[in-house]
Amino acid sequence: MTGTLDQLPDRLDDGATQFVSGYPARPGRLLPFGATRVPGGVNFSVYSNNATAMALVLFERGRRDPVAELPFPPDFRVGGVFAMTVFGLDTDRLRYGYRADGEFHPEAGDRFDRTRVLTDPYATVLAGHEEWGTRTAADDPYPYRAALAPDDFDWEGDTPLRLAREDLVIYETHVRGFTRHPSSGVAAPGTYAGLVEKIPYLRELGVNCVELMPVFEFDETDNMRTDPRTGRQLVNYWGYNTVGFFAPKASYAVTGRHGMQVDEFKNMVKRLHRAGIEVMLDVVFNHTAEGNELGPTISFRGLDNRTYYMLTPEGYYYNFSGTGNTLNCNHPVVRGFIVDCLRHWAAEYHIDGFRFDLAAILGRDQHGAPLANPPLLEALAHDPVLRDCKLVAEAWDAGGLYQVGSFPDYCRWSEWNGRYRDTVRRFVKGDPGMAGDLATRLLGSPDLYGRRGPAASINFVTAHDGFTLRDLVSYNDKHNEANGEDNRDGDNGNHSWNHGVEGPTADPDVLRLRARQTRNVLLLLLTSQGVPMLLSGDEVGRTQSGNNNTYCQDTEDNWFDWSLVDTEADLLEFTRLAVALRAAHPALRRARHADGRADGGFFPDVSWHGTRAWTPDWSEHSRLVAALLYDRGDGGADGHDCVYLAANAYWEPLELELPSLPEGWTWRVAADTFADAGHRIHEVGREPELGDQEWARIGPQSVLVLVAGSGGAG
Amino acid sequence: MAFDVTTHAEDGVLTVRLTGELDSRAAHRFNEVIGAVPGGTVNRLVLHLAELVYLSSAGLRCLVFAQQKLGRGTEIVLVGTRPEVAETITMTGFDRSVTMQDPVDS
Repeated sequence: MTGTLDQLPDRLDDGATQFVSGYPARPGRLLPFGATRVPGGVNFSVYSNNATAMALVLFERGRRDPVAELPFPPDFRVGGVFAMTVFGLDTDRLRYGYRADGEFHPEAGDRFDRTRVLTDPYATVLAGHEEWGTRTAADDPYPYRAALAPDDFDWEGDTPLRLAREDLVIYETHVRGFTRHPSSGVAAPGTYAGLVEKIPYLRELGVNCVELMPVFEFDETDNMRTDPRTGRQLVNYWGYNTVGFFAPKASYAVTGRHGMQVDEFKNMVKRLHRAGIEVMLDVVFNHTAEGNELGPTISFRGLDNRTYYMLTPEGYYYNFSGTGNTLNCNHPVVRGFIVDCLRHWAAEYHIDGFRFDLAAILGRDQHGAPLANPPLLEALAHDPVLRDCKLVAEAWDAGGLYQVGSFPDYCRWSEWNGRYRDTVRRFVKGDPGMAGDLATRLLGSPDLYGRRGPAASINFVTAHDGFTLRDLVSYNDKHNEANGEDNRDGDNGNHSWNHGVEGPTADPDVLRLRARQTRNVLLLLLTSQGVPMLLSGDEVGRTQSGNNNTYCQDTEDNWFDWSLVDTEADLLEFTRLAVALRAAHPALRRARHADGRADGGFFPDVSWHGTRAWTPDWSEHSRLVAALLYDRGDGGADGHDCVYLAANAYWEPLELELPSLPEGWTWRVAADTFADAGHRIHEVGREPELGDQEWARIGPQSVLVLVAGSGGAG
Repeated sequence: MAFDVTTHAEDGVLTVRLTGELDSRAAHRFNEVIGAVPGGTVNRLVLHLAELVYLSSAGLRCLVFAQQKLGRGTEIVLVGTRPEVAETITMTGFDRSVTMQDPVDS
């Protein structure tokens, strides 16, 4: 039979059928969209429903002006898709874009502009902004130049880690900020490669998932404001401002100037995976960098404005994102675009999960109305490629849609639990009426996620958006003057408390209380059911000088100061041990909600206590919560896991009667934030025995964690 | 600087000197050299890179190709790599597959 195969002619479709502007070409394959390597050439496919004509514009690396423009012949178009295969291109040097012709008729939704070269929405590499902070030259005919990414990375067998959601400890960080500070000591500060050098630190801390703030190519120079105090130009540091959804940010790669950001990024993922750390990306599909009708035309606006954006009846941009425009997420074409994009990151980059910025927008229809069953969210929940990816929603938007606990989840989505953040903050600072609510939050918010399980709740007290933990206990009010908006920007409802002095102080009493409150928060976070998320730097007391909206600050206020690893060694050690405590106790990270039933073990899976055992105080004035969390394991002799967790927000110490233990069991002290430095938390297995086995003393404004079992320490 | 490649084979050691820019236009010349090596005859590939001024994505892939063609048992040694080329190799993680030496060590 092989002889027969050998006699077959070459495929008929792998050669040119005609010349277009001098280039050998043939009608392309319609799918996939974007530029794809095919034998002997590159297949280009781009969508526009309303363009009257389209041209492929070819550039070359290092040359400002185009080298050729190839209009799509009429027979290269099917429906709203233009496709052409061009042969003999040097993909290493190739840069390409599109020129779309059509009506400029904003009232009807069209804003075609044939003077522009447009970026391919599916571009896997964008060239032109390899150096952080470089503004586009006014005369650049094509600022963000699409190019082809290599897709032959040697993964050495790497796969996503597929850790159970309830076992995750997420660490939210920013690629640039993590190692940009001179103290980082890495070879390439502020890059993917720099992050790789800090993997040992992450391992030591014990986190097993890094959540990276936006890494899709964005325009950090779109900020026109200056710091009024210094005159310094402000930027868009956070990067919630996407230009290219398929392209990793080039200036986060030290090798970006060689066009190798894709390799550097993939190497980072491979190395994190090898260290047992998952990679979650913060993705921004609610809007693009094109802004409103005054913004730049980069890609979508010029390709098909009324497909990609939500438009008012007058043709203006709806602004549910608070940034000028809103991506038309539930338009079938845009929905496909988003699914394709996430598949690209999951398949090509081995990404483990996604956190969706202002995800409530993803559930709005084309006129902005919330949908009961949003096609996009359902498609993502059931997508075959994304099956093992974590999906996390920031379940609100800037248009007033707040869906914490009610986000359309398909038993698949988790949520940033804003309610958790507020309750822990308020309880810890001593607000009345919080005891009952804290109890619910500690259990994984069954009131919000009863059907979905604790892992639907991403628990956090601080995140990039807002105060750092140190600032949360050091400032009553935000101090955002440096952002150039007279301190009007940023959230006013912080539930923060400075403990007596606003900002830095040398007062030892204030500092002692702040140190304890910091540890109270960390300990509650890491003993709560659900998925804890730490803000990078909180483990070493990072400060933003009271700024709770540092989106624009490319300064030391945002950069991780690595000298804190030494000066805040006690806090770092406390955090490390709190993470280890969580990892050691299955009772703290249940896959299903505890319901207070005994199920055959020594205790119910959760029971509530007070100054007297089995007697919680849920009254309005109560500032004490005490829980016994119990997991009977597999029923074997050593399978029992028993953790007693008490949080006291009173100004006085309390004596707590402990629930009686089975014969032969002892209480041991895992953590006590009221203890002296160095004794506040203990290594797993080395917890000291509690002196009085029937009563425990909890200090004022403190958290106490006891563990019980039949085995001795060590 | 135009790309050039010169080779020398002796006792299972293939020595290759690269000059200029190794990018997609030059890659096939390097790949031809590697592709012409009979299987199992080289246990050490020594690449002299002191005069290699640029290594593109396609160029880096040449090194990956060489490693795959010659087999994991073949040691690849890069000698005298310029800092800007070394950075590309290191930051993308490929340094873990090769040995990098200063010229004096070779």
